[in-house]
Amino acid sequence: MWELIRANRRRTALLVGLLAALLLVVGWSVGEVVAPGAGAGGLVVALLLWAGMTAAAWFAGDRLLLAASRARRICKADHPVLWNVVEEMCIAAGLSRMPEVYIIDEAAPNAFATGRSPERSAVAVTAGLLERLDRDELQGVVAHELGHIKNRDVLYMTMAGVMLGAVVLLADLGRRALWHGPAMRRTSSRRGGGSEAALWLLGLALAVLAPILARLMYLALSRRREYLADACAALYTRYPEGLASALETIAGHREPLWAANRATAPLYIVNPLGADAAGRSAWTRTHPPTAERARILRSLAGGTLSLERYDDAFRRVTQRPVGIVPRGARRAPELEPVAARTAHPDVRSHPTRVRELTDALWRAQGYDFLPCACGATLKVPPARAGEALACPRCATTLRAPAASSPA
Amino acid sequence: MGILLVLVAAAAVAALWLVGIFNGLVGLRNAVRNAWSQIDVQLKRRHDLIPNLVETVGGYAKHERETLDAVVRARQQAIQVSDSVVDKAQAENLLSQTLRSLFAVAEAYPDLKANQNFLGLQEELTSTENKISFARQYYNDSAMTYNNKTEMFPSNLVAGLFRFERAEFFEVEEPAERKVPQVRFS
Repeated sequence: MWELIRANRRRTALLVGLLAALLLVVGWSVGEVVAPGAGAGGLVVALLLWAGMTAAAWFAGDRLLLAASRARRICKADHPVLWNVVEEMCIAAGLSRMPEVYIIDEAAPNAFATGRSPERSAVAVTAGLLERLDRDELQGVVAHELGHIKNRDVLYMTMAGVMLGAVVLLADLGRRALWHGPAMRRTSSRRGGGSEAALWLLGLALAVLAPILARLMYLALSRRREYLADACAALYTRYPEGLASALETIAGHREPLWAANRATAPLYIVNPLGADAAGRSAWTRTHPPTAERARILRSLAGGTLSLERYDDAFRRVTQRPVGIVPRGARRAPELEPVAARTAHPDVRSHPTRVRELTDALWRAQGYDFLPCACGATLKVPPARAGEALACPRCATTLRAPAASSPA
Repeated sequence: MGILLVLVAAAAVAALWLVGIFNGLVGLRNAVRNAWSQIDVQLKRRHDLIPNLVETVGGYAKHERETLDAVVRARQQAIQVSDSVVDKAQAENLLSQTLRSLFAVAEAYPDLKANQNFLGLQEELTSTENKISFARQYYNDSAMTYNNKTEMFPSNLVAGLFRFERAEFFEVEEPAERKVPQVRFS
C-alpha cells in the first residue's frame, strides 16, 4: 500500500510540475503581450495568483466544497449504519483517523471525499445513495472514497484543479489583452512589424491552447485516480462485486445532482452531470466509463486480490497496453477474497432504509426525537427545544429535552 | 589518504543502509502492534455489547436459556483467555459461533425482532463483527509484510541480529467460517 502512495506521489508531482510549467509560460507571455519586456511581471502575477488560490484551497477548500454541495455533517446517532460502514472501512484501510461524515439531501445517488490529508478529511454521500444501495454496495462506495483519502488523491486533485483554474484565468486575461491591449494597437498601427505580428499570433495560440491542454492533463489525472480508488476499494472490502453493483446502480440512475457543477464534478464517484453517456470522447471525460469500471471489478471475482491482478484486468478490459498501477506498487502480496455474501444478505428492507435516512436528515437539521408512551414519536424542531409539547395522538404533555449541541 | 577516504565513505554508506533497514523493520513491527490493538479494541467492544444483548433477548425468549448460557460462557472464556494470538483467536471464534446461533434463535420471536433496542444491538454487533474481520484482515496483511521483511535477504540479517521475531497470524479455525468471514445476522 505504501508503494502505491509513494508512486502516486511521484507521478502526480510530475503532472503538477507540467501544469506549473504551463502556468509560468502563460504568465510570462501574458506579461509580454500586455507590455513588451514585462514578462517577468507576468510571471510574478501568475505566481501570486497561484499562491493565493492554493492558500484558499488549502485552508478552506474542503469547507467551501461541502458548503457548496449543501452537505450536512452527521454523528453516529443520526445514521448508525452509514457511520458504522465508514468506521469499518477506516479499519480495513488502516486509516489512523476517521473522516467526518456528511449527508447531501439529494435524490441522485452519488458520493465524494474531500480534505487535504487523512487527518483532516470528510466523506459525503447523497440521500439517494443511502436509499438505493444495500450494505455491501455502500461499503464498496465508502471504500472507494477512503481509497481517495488514503492515496492522498484529494490533495493532488485540489492542487491540480487550482493550477488548472489559474491557467484558465490567465489565458482569459491574455486573450483580452491581445484584443484590447497595446500590442494589438501597435501591430495594427504600424502594419509592418512582422516579428511582432508573429509574436501576437503565437500569444493568441498559446492563450487558446493552454487552457485546453491544462484541462486534458487534469482530466487524465482524474480518470487514473478513479481506477486506482476502485482497485483500493476491492482490496479493502475483499469483495469487488459490492462496488461493481453499486457503480451500476449509480450510473443507471438519471436524476441530475443539483449541487454539482463542472468544477466539482470530477470529485464524485460517478460523474454527476451524466456525461457517462456516449458522445463524450475518451479524452474529455472526468471519469472512466462506469460499465468498464464494473467489468474490471467483476473480472477480479473468484481469485486472489492484488493491485497486480487489477492492473491485468484493466489491460484486458480496456485493451490498453499500459496499466494503471505504478510499477513499484505492483509487487504487493496476493490477498484472499471473501466468498459471495449471499449467505448473509442485507436484512434491512427498503422501507427500513428510507426510515433510517429520513430520521438522519431530520436529526442533521437539528430536530430532536421525543418518544411518547403511546408509541408515537414527536419530531421537535430546534426552536422548540426545552418547551412543553402535547402529543398529537394521545394529548399527553411532554417536555422536550433542552437543545442538544448540533452535530 | 585517498584510499582511507574511500573506505570511510564506504563504511558510512553501509551504516546508513543498515540504519535504513533497521528503521524500516521497527516501523513495520509497530504497524503490526498497532493493528493488533485495533482488533483488541473491537473484541472488547463486542464483550461490552453482549450482556445488554443477553438481557434483551432473555426478556422475550425465556425458553432459550441454553443458547443464552452458551453465549455468556463463551464471553467469559474470551475475556479470561491469555494474551497469545492463537488462544485469543480460538476463544473469539467460539464466541462468534454462539452469537450466530443466538441470532438464529431470535428469528422465531417476531416481537423481539421488532424491538428497537434489539435492532440497534443487532446493527452494532453486525458492525463489530465486520470491524473485527477487517481489523484481522489488516493485522494479517501487516504481519505478512513484516514477516516477509524479517525473512528476506538482506533485511533478515538485521532482523536476526536485533531479534525481530515473527508475528503470528490471526487465523480462522473452521473451514466453515473461512467461507463466510463477514457475519450478517438475519
